[in-house]
Amino acid sequence: MSALLSIDRLRVELPAKKGSRTVIHDVSLDVRAGEAVALVGESGSGKSMTTRAVMRLLPEGARLSGEIRFDGVSIPGMDRRALRRWRATRVGMVFQDPRAHINPVRRIGDFLMEGVRLDGRLSAGQARERVSRLMRAVGVADVDRRLSQYPHELSGGLLQRVMIAAALATEPDLLLADEPTTALDVTTQEEVVAIIDGLRRERGLAMLFITHDLDLAAAVCDRIAVMYAGSIVEERPAGALTPDASHPYTRGLLAARPEIGRREPRLRTIEGRPISAFEVGDGCAFATRCPMVRDLCRRERPAPVHVTGGRVACHFAGEAEPQAVVGDGAAR
Amino acid sequence: MSVLQLAAAPGSPEITSRAYRFGALTAVACAVVTLLTLAAVFAPAVAPYDPTQVDPSAVYQGPGGAHLLGTDDVGRDILSRLLYGARASLLGPAIVVVVAAVVGTLVAVSAAWIGGRFDAFVSRGLDVIFAFPGLVLAIVAVAVIGPGLMAPAAALSISYVPYIARVLRTAAIRQRNLPYIAALEVQGFGAAAICARHLVPNLLPLLIVQATVAFGYALLDLSAVSFLGLGTQPPAPEWGLMVANGQPSIVAGHLEQSLSAGLTIVIAVVAFNLLGQGLSRVFLGEDR
Amino acid sequence: MASVVIYGAMFVVPGDPASLLVGGSKPNPEALAAIRRQFHLDEPFWQSYLRWLGGAVRGDFGTSLVYRSPVADLIAARALTTLLLVAYAAIVIIVAGVGLGLLAGWKERRAGAVITVATTVMMGAPTFVMAVVFVAVFATGLGWFPVFGAGSGLADRLWHLTLPAFALAFSWIAYVAQMTRASVREELRSEHVDTARGRGVPERSILRRHVLRNASGPILTVSGLTVAGLFAGTAVAEQAFGINGVGALLVQSAAKQDLAIVQAISLVLVVAFVMVNMLVDVANALLDPRATRRTAG
Ligand SMILES: Nc1ncnc2c1ncn2[C@@H]1O[C@H](COP(=O)(O)OP(=O)(O)O)[C@@H](O)[C@H]1O
Ligand code: SF4
Ligand SMILES: [Mg+2]
Repeated sequence: MSALLSIDRLRVELPAKKGSRTVIHDVSLDVRAGEAVALVGESGSGKSMTTRAVMRLLPEGARLSGEIRFDGVSIPGMDRRALRRWRATRVGMVFQDPRAHINPVRRIGDFLMEGVRLDGRLSAGQARERVSRLMRAVGVADVDRRLSQYPHELSGGLLQRVMIAAALATEPDLLLADEPTTALDVTTQEEVVAIIDGLRRERGLAMLFITHDLDLAAAVCDRIAVMYAGSIVEERPAGALTPDASHPYTRGLLAARPEIGRREPRLRTIEGRPISAFEVGDGCAFATRCPMVRDLCRRERPAPVHVTGGRVACHFAGEAEPQAVVGDGAAR
Repeated sequence: MSVLQLAAAPGSPEITSRAYRFGALTAVACAVVTLLTLAAVFAPAVAPYDPTQVDPSAVYQGPGGAHLLGTDDVGRDILSRLLYGARASLLGPAIVVVVAAVVGTLVAVSAAWIGGRFDAFVSRGLDVIFAFPGLVLAIVAVAVIGPGLMAPAAALSISYVPYIARVLRTAAIRQRNLPYIAALEVQGFGAAAICARHLVPNLLPLLIVQATVAFGYALLDLSAVSFLGLGTQPPAPEWGLMVANGQPSIVAGHLEQSLSAGLTIVIAVVAFNLLGQGLSRVFLGEDR
Repeated sequence: MASVVIYGAMFVVPGDPASLLVGGSKPNPEALAAIRRQFHLDEPFWQSYLRWLGGAVRGDFGTSLVYRSPVADLIAARALTTLLLVAYAAIVIIVAGVGLGLLAGWKERRAGAVITVATTVMMGAPTFVMAVVFVAVFATGLGWFPVFGAGSGLADRLWHLTLPAFALAFSWIAYVAQMTRASVREELRSEHVDTARGRGVPERSILRRHVLRNASGPILTVSGLTVAGLFAGTAVAEQAFGINGVGALLVQSAAKQDLAIVQAISLVLVVAFVMVNMLVDVANALLDPRATRRTAG
């Protein structure tokens, strides 16, 4: 079965002071119609860059290689018009920080109507009707008043709901959500996730869900891809990740998960400093932190290997690891 | 596998390459400024004629021949007048910039150091001066003191203080809050010593950049005052004055005097401006 | 505040205005005293300042020693010409400056560098140099415009004021263009523009609805500053083109050390400057919904 969104050996370089910097090394990922896939990784691992590459919102001068296809059509190959139509009709994007991503000097109503009316098929009245319906669907009360307000008059949680409504307004097939709850406080986080999850299932939308929270990823997605320093290191069905995880980094993440009711320490407890994509040498990107590292790891980059239900990029995937590799707070 | 150049937003690599091109421009600007300075200093040696020598037999000579840039309405050599004119034309801005730089630095550093209500008062005062157009202040000064180089130069010195002091104050406040200042204070150094030996030297690059750009604008303002007949008085050569002098001859088609003097002013101002931008990139690593 | 400075500057004038007026090397002391009394030159600073300011508020700026007529009348007779010139130049500056800046910011690759270089040169070209160039090219050269004077009747006036307005506007266009370009570039980089792009909003709508609208605050501020600065610039433009306006009056009075006029005009110019800036602040507050909210609540 062919995928709705297919990312194949994506590589992205950004211009830097001298020459360029690789921010994405090797990302291959499929999202099938109606399927939710999570992209999980520490901050700086290149999750946002991946979604930006998909949306063609990379910074100017960025060089992209590899291929991204939507419904079989190459996104990097689209001309201006095709790109605009695709963006306007087939895909919706929810950004991390709604306050920065919604124009502060335009009313909420204008923001929502702008997207809905783009293809020119709806009358003003119909558009308004659809916008109101969406606002109620994302759980906003008192819609008429909200539509006439400015972004600064709404809370972060409400704004993110508006963003979700805007992303869904054109009835896309694919939703890209880049850490949609990171900028929100804990109680609203759960509500917003519930709204995204509910609406997505109800509409049969495909979703690429970016997060750094493995539990959240497992809760709302069908498959999980783990990213480290610009590459995907492991990909598994959501249910199989905990028992089957075989990449040392994934195992580290799993072991470092906070216990229920104790949320503070997240991805910090893997020993060592997370490196950036451009710092990766010839060998395995994780070699500087890996408890199982051997000479081969530093010499040769491990290629992704298909395993039951997923892929892993590690020379020694699945081998038993030495005890106490994960620094738990007490030991230090 | 295809390699594609994606253009989502216009921007950054263009900027870097332009910075390199502007590097060459900065060099040109630097050369122009040097040449103008040399012209001012060595005018007597390099000028082919006496700048005030009237020659009724050689009125309105075109460029070329004995007079490279031609002669004016009373037969004076335009090139010589431009070369000598560099003296008055550059001396004025130099006075303005030096005074404004000294006063501006003192004001900025003391405001930053003392802070509180004094700082607020100083900032407010700088705003008031800033609101007063330099040209008007210069004209008022002429009305009070009388025409010449000194009255407008004095007025503009005041006018340009905010231009220097505002930027310096912000930078000085940032420096003031750096740990090294606190460390020096702990070691028992006095405020004046710390300011003179550490704070001001650290502000120097910024001061030089601001002063260079201010020089260009002061040159503009002062030559405008001379053009109005309120600055340097004839028959002394000065660029703004030469533009005014040549004006009546334009109708008769003799453009040499006004145009060459005007062009010299434009070149000088642009050169100082570009030099300031270039220095800013070198010293402060930023585009302004 | 500024008025004290202006007036104070006049008060400490080294030469005695009265003796200047009476003229001659040995002025008659009685005549001098009479004139001093007539023009209130014998009063202490604060008294005389307050008298002047009180008059100024009522539109009475005293009497010119040179023209021997009320300063207010002298200014009023010339105000229209000067206002027209400022308005003309302001329109030219805003249309051309914002337009060029928008183009440079939007088409950075194609037009950005060229416009940057052009505006840098333009900013170094003062009004009086451009006056010479324009007169040489468009008046004596092509004969399209008159060389001198302000004309009479609106159309004729505008025709006469075209070259002065453009000469006055020239370097300010570059300034506004540079500022506009900078704020357009900044807005284009902002995250909400990414959102709009990601939704497939056409580039033109992005420019109008998100970039220009959001950049309008800084653009307006710079334009206001510019227009306010134009009032001072009229001194040069009017003098260069022989226009009998307030600016030229200021220059001529300064040359003759006619302090009553210089005081009055500089006060008027400063007030105009401050008022334009206040208008800009108000307009900015109206444009920015966040600012409105702050003032309201
Ligand atoms: N505009 C940019 N210019 C240059 N480098 C960037 C830019 N944005 C992000 N990066 C770099 O790209 C890498 C990936 O960033 P990002 O995709 O935002 O990570 P994530 O979303 O996983 O936190 C990081 O190393 C970051 O420093
Ligand atoms: S390849 Fe080597 S260094 Fe990399 S994750 Fe596997 S074991 Fe660790
Ligand atoms: Mg991110």
